[in-house]
Amino acid sequence: MMRFLASRLAQSLLVLAMMSVAIYGLIGLMPGDPIDLALSADPRLTAADIARLRLLYGLDEPWLQRYLAWALQAMRGEFGYSRLFAQPVTDALAEPLRRTLLLMGGSFAVALLIGLPAGMAAGARPHSRLDYAVNLVCFAGVAMPVFWLALLLILLFAVHWPIFPASAVALEPGLAAQLRHLALPVLTLGLLQAGGITRYMRAAMREALAADHIRTARAKGLSDAGVVRRHALRNAMIPVISILALDVGGLFSGALIIEMMFGYPGMGKLLFDAVMGNDYNLALVALLFGTGVTLAANLTADIAYAAVDPRVSFSHLSDA
Amino acid sequence: MGTAARAWQRFRQHRFGLLGLVVLAVLVAACLSAGWLAAVLGIDPNAVDLFGQYGAPSGSHPLGQDDLGRDVLLRLLAGGQVSLSVALVAAVAAASIGTVVGLAAGYTGGWLDALLMRLVDSVIALPLLPLLIVLAAIDPAKLGFGAWAEEQSFGLIRIVIIVAAVGWTTPARLVRGATLAAREQGYVLAARALGVAPVVVAIRHILPNVSGPLIVATTLAMGQVILFESALSFLGLGIQPPTPSWGNMLTGAQELIWQAPMLAVYPGLAIFLTVVSVNFLGDALQDALAPRSSERADRGST
Repeated sequence: MMRFLASRLAQSLLVLAMMSVAIYGLIGLMPGDPIDLALSADPRLTAADIARLRLLYGLDEPWLQRYLAWALQAMRGEFGYSRLFAQPVTDALAEPLRRTLLLMGGSFAVALLIGLPAGMAAGARPHSRLDYAVNLVCFAGVAMPVFWLALLLILLFAVHWPIFPASAVALEPGLAAQLRHLALPVLTLGLLQAGGITRYMRAAMREALAADHIRTARAKGLSDAGVVRRHALRNAMIPVISILALDVGGLFSGALIIEMMFGYPGMGKLLFDAVMGNDYNLALVALLFGTGVTLAANLTADIAYAAVDPRVSFSHLSDA
Repeated sequence: MGTAARAWQRFRQHRFGLLGLVVLAVLVAACLSAGWLAAVLGIDPNAVDLFGQYGAPSGSHPLGQDDLGRDVLLRLLAGGQVSLSVALVAAVAAASIGTVVGLAAGYTGGWLDALLMRLVDSVIALPLLPLLIVLAAIDPAKLGFGAWAEEQSFGLIRIVIIVAAVGWTTPARLVRGATLAAREQGYVLAARALGVAPVVVAIRHILPNVSGPLIVATTLAMGQVILFESALSFLGLGIQPPTPSWGNMLTGAQELIWQAPMLAVYPGLAIFLTVVSVNFLGDALQDALAPRSSERADRGST
């Protein structure tokens, strides 16, 4: 068990290190460099100034050397300053992260509340009318451009029937106001995610019900509901949990398009602004943070997998 | 009865799959007929007619005119040509890279397998949309493609490259899983024992086993690409106007939602119909070509 954990942890760290190299390289390929930005801010800089700045910032050094310098600093918790927000990168991340967690947590809860029961019901009765209806709605859900759905919901619930405000940030104080403003984005995102969750749950349920021990339970006269609840559900939850854990990792990167549609400055918007605004330090850390959380979620999924499924042994997982 | 005939029989039972196939065929045929239709109606899809701004549907403009007086139907069909071909090319490109990687990893095994699969893990661990944005923001001049980037076709090729760069992982996993299973089969062992070169074994004896799940993955990827393109267009990073694509038409129409709501409805509907059809088709193909194997392959890896 400890060996499994250690080896998976080491693998995750290796992947994270590989990704930090790749992301550093990608960010370096974006247009311009800090000196270009300094030049555009102060056109009086001479060629000599530029050469001196380049030397000072170490921009004349080879790429790998710059990466190592950055990595050493990063390991000490020094991620540098954000150009756009004029504060340390970690401070710039805090508020968007809080907002994102609020939005994503809410929508994930909505998605689970819709997706799990719907998928269970549909999967328990394959080829029934309910199954077809649920499947149809899911297909529709995953086939829509996100901003189109957001637009339709805004037109319906903010304009045609003005029930909810169209902007996600409440200007007036109070929890109630904030929740009211979050309703539409949470609903939009929740509906979108529910489609995927329903399909996983439905597929897992169908597979679990096809197993031999289910046929035995049925043959012994157990009711349909009993079979589903006592024998199939547990097995069906195993793949679903591992997929859900992956989704949780994605939550931390925000939902850029929803955030833009509803004017909600979360992690997605932060990353987009950082990339577009040449805020290299911030973009780098935000991307790496998203990757790190996904990897951590992956690891948790593996552990959860083994915890729910006694058939899975850790030694088996580690060499797979 | 051959394998193909049996697969067709299974496919036919999938009513939604058949429906998807028909809808897609109609959409493709309509988009291909754009040039012919333009000739019949006697209008140029890019011709600006400021007197016909937001023109209502009429005989010569069946779906009306947009904010610049261009014919909405013709632009929709021309945009469809762009969106559908980008989707097809990008999905096939991603599947090709994935096939090569998956075959190499699964067949060779050992350290190459471990390395390639860690690479797959790495790409999958990256948040998708931010990754697409960073890739779209890359300055081609820094890679030495400055001159090429000036060309008109670059926007299209860039989307294909971006999508292929992130989309190869799913096919790679599928192919690797199926390769691992096929590698131990008797006929593969026999071929190897007879001294057939590894590359030939991989292509002639293993690849056919993998084709079912691969076709399914490629089909489903096409739907994804269309959605990616619309998301990138929304951010201003997709295919650049005046070249029409469903994504950039939808994005452009969003600002005009009060003046002309239908301008947003048509491309949105086109995207929606296409992606739903593609997904139905993929689902039916899954049942027809790879009754269970692909699921297992998908979960078996890593």
